[in-house]
Amino acid sequence: MATTTVPPATPKKVNRIGLEQADYKGNKTTLCAGCGHNAISERIIEAFYEMGVEPYRVAKLSGIGCSSKSPAYFLRTSYGFNAVHGRMPSVATGTVLANHKLIAVGVSGDGDTASIGVGQFVHLMRRNLPIIYIIEDNGVYGLTKGQFSATADVGSKLKTGVINDLPAIDTCALAILLGATYVARSFSGDKRQLLALIEGAVAHHGTAMLDVISPCVTFNDHEGSTKSYSYVKDHESPIEDVSFVPFFDDITVDYDPGTTTEITMHDGSRLLLKKLKSDYDPTNKGEALRVLTEAHDNEEVVTGLFYVDTKRESFIDQLNLVDEPLATLPESKVRPPKAVLDEVMESLR
Amino acid sequence: MATTQVLIGEVEAPAEPQLIVNDMSIQVATVNGSGSQTSNLVLLRAIFRMGIPVSGKNLFPSNIAGLPTWFTIRASKYGYIGRRKEIDLLVAMNPETVEEDVRALDPGAAVVYDERLDVKKYRDDLLFYPVPFDKLVAPVCPDAKLRKLVRNMIYVGVVAKLLNVDMGDVEKALRKQFKKKVKAADLNFAAVKAGWEYANKNIPKQDHFWLERMNLNEGKIMIEGNAAAALGAMFAGVTVVTWYPITPSSSLCETLIEYMKRYRIDPETKKATFAIVQAEDELAAIGMVVGAGWAGARAMTATAGPGISLMAEFIGLGYYAEVPGVIFDIQRVGPSTGLPTRTMQGDILSTALLSHGDTKHPLLFPCSMSECFTMAIEAFDIAEELQTPVFVMCDLDLGMNMWMSDPFPYPEKPIRRGKVLTAEDLDRLGGFQRYKDVDGDGVGNRTLPGTRHPAAGYFTRGSGHDERAIYSEKPDVYVKNMDRLTRKWETAVGLVPRPEIQESGKDGIGIVAYGTSHWAVVETLDQLRREQNIEAGYCRVRGYPFNHEVVDFIRRHQRVYVVEQNRDAQLLGLLRLDLEPELIGKLRSVRHYDGLPIDARSTTDSILTQEIGGTAPAAAASGMNRNTPQEVQA
Repeated sequence: MATTTVPPATPKKVNRIGLEQADYKGNKTTLCAGCGHNAISERIIEAFYEMGVEPYRVAKLSGIGCSSKSPAYFLRTSYGFNAVHGRMPSVATGTVLANHKLIAVGVSGDGDTASIGVGQFVHLMRRNLPIIYIIEDNGVYGLTKGQFSATADVGSKLKTGVINDLPAIDTCALAILLGATYVARSFSGDKRQLLALIEGAVAHHGTAMLDVISPCVTFNDHEGSTKSYSYVKDHESPIEDVSFVPFFDDITVDYDPGTTTEITMHDGSRLLLKKLKSDYDPTNKGEALRVLTEAHDNEEVVTGLFYVDTKRESFIDQLNLVDEPLATLPESKVRPPKAVLDEVMESLR
Repeated sequence: MATTQVLIGEVEAPAEPQLIVNDMSIQVATVNGSGSQTSNLVLLRAIFRMGIPVSGKNLFPSNIAGLPTWFTIRASKYGYIGRRKEIDLLVAMNPETVEEDVRALDPGAAVVYDERLDVKKYRDDLLFYPVPFDKLVAPVCPDAKLRKLVRNMIYVGVVAKLLNVDMGDVEKALRKQFKKKVKAADLNFAAVKAGWEYANKNIPKQDHFWLERMNLNEGKIMIEGNAAAALGAMFAGVTVVTWYPITPSSSLCETLIEYMKRYRIDPETKKATFAIVQAEDELAAIGMVVGAGWAGARAMTATAGPGISLMAEFIGLGYYAEVPGVIFDIQRVGPSTGLPTRTMQGDILSTALLSHGDTKHPLLFPCSMSECFTMAIEAFDIAEELQTPVFVMCDLDLGMNMWMSDPFPYPEKPIRRGKVLTAEDLDRLGGFQRYKDVDGDGVGNRTLPGTRHPAAGYFTRGSGHDERAIYSEKPDVYVKNMDRLTRKWETAVGLVPRPEIQESGKDGIGIVAYGTSHWAVVETLDQLRREQNIEAGYCRVRGYPFNHEVVDFIRRHQRVYVVEQNRDAQLLGLLRLDLEPELIGKLRSVRHYDGLPIDARSTTDSILTQEIGGTAPAAAASGMNRNTPQEVQA
C-alpha cells in the first residue's frame, strides 16, 4: 500500500496563553466601509492578542453612537455593555468597583465624551480609575447624520457647508489637567503607533486615555474637514516614535540613551519613546500642555504619548479594597454576625 | 406622687381638673442653628427613658442657620406615635414666629417663652410661663460666645419641671447626646438645672399636663429611618454604594459609611469589603449602580425626588438590560427651591413607571424603623432574584425623624443572589442564553463578568436583543422579550412584601394606606370607632406590584379610602391602572399635602366628611380634639 504523506499541519500561530488572533475577533462590523473605527477595533484585537490577555477578564463598555457600537466588533467572548449616551464612565466605574480584576475597555466617541458626557468624563479622569478609555474621534455625530461635535476644530466645514465657529475641546489637555495618568493621541490610520499605545495602555494601572482621530468617511472626510484622512496625514506631527515591549518578551533594544525615554509600566513592560521633537519629557505635565497648546496654534495634529505617571495611586488602590472581587465575596464576608447587630441595638437604647 | 393639683390661672378651670397623664404634645419653636435640636432630642430621649411611648418631629427649613424651625414631641400612653397637630405646651423661643405660633394654639394650651417676648398681647386664653432665659444662662455659661447654644438647654429644665420629666433621665439622655464630650455635657446640664431650679421656685403649675413613669419602652431603641435603612443595607451585604448628597437622603449614606468603616473591614487583611463613592451627580450615582450590579455587586444609591428624575434614563436601561440595583428614595416635597425639607409621599407614580418605553419597577413601602431595616434587606434579594432595579420608598418623616422601635431582628435567611451561573454551571449546562425564560418565571440566567469560561461572556444592551443577547430589531423578537418581562412582573407580585391586613369583620368601609401614613391611620381607626361607631378594615400596602390580597380587600368593602401624603392621589392612581372598573368606583381619596406629616384628626375628619357629608363632622365640631381611646393599645 502506498503511503500517503500528509503534509504536517502548519502550527497555528498562538500567543503566550495559547489563543489565536481569531479568538480576539468580534462580530462583523456594521459601521461604514472605511470607517476609522474599524481600524481601531483591529488594533485592539492585535494588542490584546499580543499581550496575551484572557478575554474573560475584559469588560467592554461604551456609551451611544457609532463608536459605542464598536465593542461588538472585537473580543467576542468578553463581556460587553452598551450603556447610555455619555454615561459610560459611571457604568465602567461601577463595573470596576464590583470587580477590580477586570480589564475595563471603554470606547466612546467625541460627542459621547466631549458633549453629553463631558461631566462624567472629567470625573473619571480625576479619579484615575484603572480603565483604557478610547475616544474614536471624528468631530461629528455620525449616527444622527453628521452634526458637529465639540472636538470639531474652529473653521472646520461640514458637508452641508456649515462652518464650526466654536473652539474645540482638547480631550487630551483636559485629561492631563484632571489627573489621568496615561494620555495619548493617535490616528486610526497609524497602525504601528496606535498598536504600541494600546499595548502600553493595557499595561498601565490607572486611567489610560487615548484620543484617536478616526475619520468619518460618510460625513466628515471631505475638503474643509480637519478630521479627514488627507488633512490628518498632511498635518500629523508625532512627538516621538513609540515602541512597546511586553514584560514577557526579554528584548534588548539598542537605543541611544540621549534620544529615547524608557518607561517601565506596572507589570514590568517597557514603553520606549524615541524623541522626534526636541527634548520632550512625557512625565512633565506642563510640557505636555505646552505642546498641545502649540499644536493648536500651528494647526498641527500632534500625536504620541503626551503624559504618563506610573506612580499615582489608582482609585481602586485608594479605596483599599479586599483582594477578592466585591462581586463574589461570600456571605460570611459581607453580612456581619449577630453580635454586631446586638452591639448596635444596645448603643441605640 | 400628687395626682391632683390646684390650678392657678387666668382661664376657667377645665371641666375635669384631673391631670392629663402621658398624653400630650409639646412644640418647641426656635431658630435654625441655635443648638435647639440637641435640646429637643434630650427631652425626647428623657421621656423615652421614662417608658412612655414618644415621637419627635423636626420641621426645619432648607437653611443652616437663621430661619425658623419647630420640633414637636408627642408622648402617648396609648402608643400613638403619629403626628398630632394640636399643641398642649409651646416653647416659644423665636421672636420672628412667636405671634403665629401663639395664635395657632387651642384655648387652654400653655406657653413657655422668653420673658422679653410680650406673648400676652396676642391671646388671653392661654397659660403663660415667662422665663428670663438670658438672666439664667449668664451665670452657668461665662463664655458669651456659647450662650446662644446653651440657652436652649434652659427650656429643657423648665419643661422637665413643669411636666415632671425625671432629671435623672434628662441627664442620661443629655450625656448620650454629647457622647464623649464631657465638658460640653457638664455645661449643658448646668443650664438644664438652672431652668429646673427657676421653674421650681418661680413658676406655679397652672396646666394639667403631667408625665409619669411607665414601662412600655422596655428593650426598645430610638433611631432615624435613614440609619435603620443603612443598617439594613449593611446586613444585606451591600458591596457598592454610590451616592450624591441630597436632603433628606444624605444621612442614609453618611450613616452607612460610619457603620461600614466600623463593621465591614476584613479583620485579617484590614481591607474594605465595600466601596463607597460620592458621585459627581445622580446620573453618575445610578450609572455606577448599574455597572456594579451588572458586574455582580450588591449595589445601591439613596436619593430624593430630583435625583429620581435624573436617574430615569438609567433606570429604563436597568429594566430592559435586566440589571439589579437598589434605590432608596427618601421622598420630600417637589423641586429643590420650595419645600425640600418637608415630607411628602410624592414620587409614587413617577417612580413606579420611571423612564421611557414600557417600564415599571417594584416598590417597597416601609412604615417603621423595623421595616426600613428588613425591607432594605429584602430589596437587595428581590433586585437580584428579579434582575431589575428595586426602589425602597421612604419619606423625610420616616428617614430624618427619631422613632421608637423594637430592636431589629437579625436576618436568619441566607442572602439570595438569584440566577447566577458559575463556570462549573456552564460546564454542566454546556452554555446559556442570557434572556431565555428557562424556568417560566420570566427571569433568565446570568453570568458575571470575569467568569472564566468561554461560553460565559455576553453583550448587554437595552431593548433590542434576542434570547441569546444578540442584537435584533425584529418585531416578533421584541414582542417575545416584552412578554417575558411581563411574566417577570407577575413573578414580582409574589416577591414584594405582602400587605398587612386588619379585618373589621364588616364590609362597610376600608382604608388603604402605606408608609408613614400608617401612624395616622391606626389612630384614625380608633377615632372612627369611638366617635362614630364605625369599624373600618385596614390594608397597609407594603409593596408594588399589588398583591391580589389588596384587590380582594377592595372587593370586600363597599367604600375604600386611600390615605396618602400627596395632592394627586398617586397610589390610588396606580390602583386604577390595575383594578376592574367596578372596583375603581369604590375608591375614595384622603390626601394630605401641606409638607407636614399626616395626622389622625385630619384623616378622620376627611373620611367622616365624605361618609357623613356636610362640612364639619360632629366629632370634630364638638371639640373632641383630645384622644380619649377606650382601649390602651400600647
